[in-house]
Amino acid sequence: MRPGDFVEARRRRAQKPKAPRDKRMSAAEAVQLVRDGDTIALGGCCYARPPILLIRELLRQGRRNLTVARNLLSFEGDWFLLAGAATTLITSWMGPGLPWGLSRPLRHYVESGQVRFEEWSHLAIGLRFRAAAMGVPFLPTLTMLGSDLLAVGGAKTMTCPFTGERLALIPALFPDVALLHVHRADPFGNCQIDGYTHMDADIASAATTVLVTAEEIVDPEQIRREPARTVIPGFLVDAVVEAPFGAYPGECYGRYETDFAHLDAYAAAIAAKGLDGAREYLERYVLGPATHEAYLALFDPAALARQQQAAQELVSGEPL
Amino acid sequence: MSYTAAELLCVMAARYLRDGQTVFAGVGLPLLAVALAKRTHAPHLTMIVEGGVIGAEVVPGRLPISTNEMRLAHRATMLPPITDTFHFAQRGLIDVGFIGGAQIDRYGNVNTSVIGPYDRPRVRLPGSGGANDLASLCSETVLVTLHERRRFVEQVDFVTSPGGLPGGRARREAGLLFGGVSRVITDLGLFGFDAATGAMRLEALHPGVTVEQVQAATGFALLVAEPLPTTAPPTEHELSILRSLDAERRFLG
Repeated sequence: MRPGDFVEARRRRAQKPKAPRDKRMSAAEAVQLVRDGDTIALGGCCYARPPILLIRELLRQGRRNLTVARNLLSFEGDWFLLAGAATTLITSWMGPGLPWGLSRPLRHYVESGQVRFEEWSHLAIGLRFRAAAMGVPFLPTLTMLGSDLLAVGGAKTMTCPFTGERLALIPALFPDVALLHVHRADPFGNCQIDGYTHMDADIASAATTVLVTAEEIVDPEQIRREPARTVIPGFLVDAVVEAPFGAYPGECYGRYETDFAHLDAYAAAIAAKGLDGAREYLERYVLGPATHEAYLALFDPAALARQQQAAQELVSGEPL
Repeated sequence: MSYTAAELLCVMAARYLRDGQTVFAGVGLPLLAVALAKRTHAPHLTMIVEGGVIGAEVVPGRLPISTNEMRLAHRATMLPPITDTFHFAQRGLIDVGFIGGAQIDRYGNVNTSVIGPYDRPRVRLPGSGGANDLASLCSETVLVTLHERRRFVEQVDFVTSPGGLPGGRARREAGLLFGGVSRVITDLGLFGFDAATGAMRLEALHPGVTVEQVQAATGFALLVAEPLPTTAPPTEHELSILRSLDAERRFLG
């Protein structure tokens, strides 16, 4: 699909059934909806609400030639590169996190020309999803003007027909598939997110197919009691997978904090052994565990409990 | 009183802020600078962070690592979607944006994307994140960085975040009507930009630093203001606040 092709994007969406139905399934079944060569948008931001279970399953099933789009990529971005799954990254930033310097996998795959890094500003990534969510081909903005970023991904400029000022035009990005992790969903796919919503609502509307993992699957009555908390309507969603700790070792607002000690260990393994250290991690934590339960069993239950407690303290509203 | 370069940067950045301002800050040194300013002369600062936080507060010992995590949400006033958070800057509501950079040129243009050609870089850096947006949209942008010759270059390899572009009216002609890089804070001194040419000018030295030392650490000829004041060194009070905020010393060095 051409960038910004809102006509084709609408056709793909409009022809899908919209009636409520039970969309619960396993992660393995959900990922069957992703094809080689698809453009995948990831919800959350950096290590907040990364859809870890869905990413793991996608990489385990060996999808290839993917374009991965996300505002800020972190360790999960490394995984797509190490697994040989991605040929293009669409993002504004990728790194393990400020204290850990540059991503070694990113440097290796991009500097050697194996993977293309399509860089936009953070707001521009948001506008790409927002335009798609609105069903329009582009949005005007005052950001990215004058910078070398304008030429990288094909943004354009125009003279405003009302004011005569120069504007940047950011083309819509219609992903084939969105992978999202939320706090709660009902079987129909109505999703509620606590705390930061990041770009998830726009991503869900922008994509053709939406796969969701949820910390808990709840009765539709619970959704109806608090409709103001729903950020993604069920008719956008194709698959609902129950996944407590589905963003771990990232955070899920109010549920568990990022396991920074685990990220320290990941960074230390790469510092000590380079890409081999990263590949060992990929085998052990990403490709190895056949189920979500087997994945969680790799972590110390006391660590999981600590991260839960830290999250509760942080969102308690009480001064710490 | 001894202090690290990172501590000096935080103190100087904090002192630059005025009470009541809205400040768009990234994690690391900018966040520490805002937190320090709030605890000293500017209690009514509002900190905005790109992951979607307004009114972020910092909990000592629980410094956030990213711009979008629960540690920043603690006792914040609002958690807007990310795209809408940036739109507050586009709408003109953010006074100051803090950014850093791997390469900086004499006009304050910043590169955080690539060293070498874009398609086959020698070093692939993390990328813009929100830095381009801050430099494009905030009413004023302040660069905070260590001062090294490999950073302060004649020409950046890639303009990730626009300063004055080639200088003169270039920024205006590119369509950037507002803001711009007004201040550069390094561990050697404070810098502004010549009003006519847009070229970087040394405007204050930190204690014990000479003009020759600054020029030697800079890959282009600097203008030098006259008179050239010396900044007051970080106080014990400022340093003790910073050190309590980053007790793990993840960012202070």
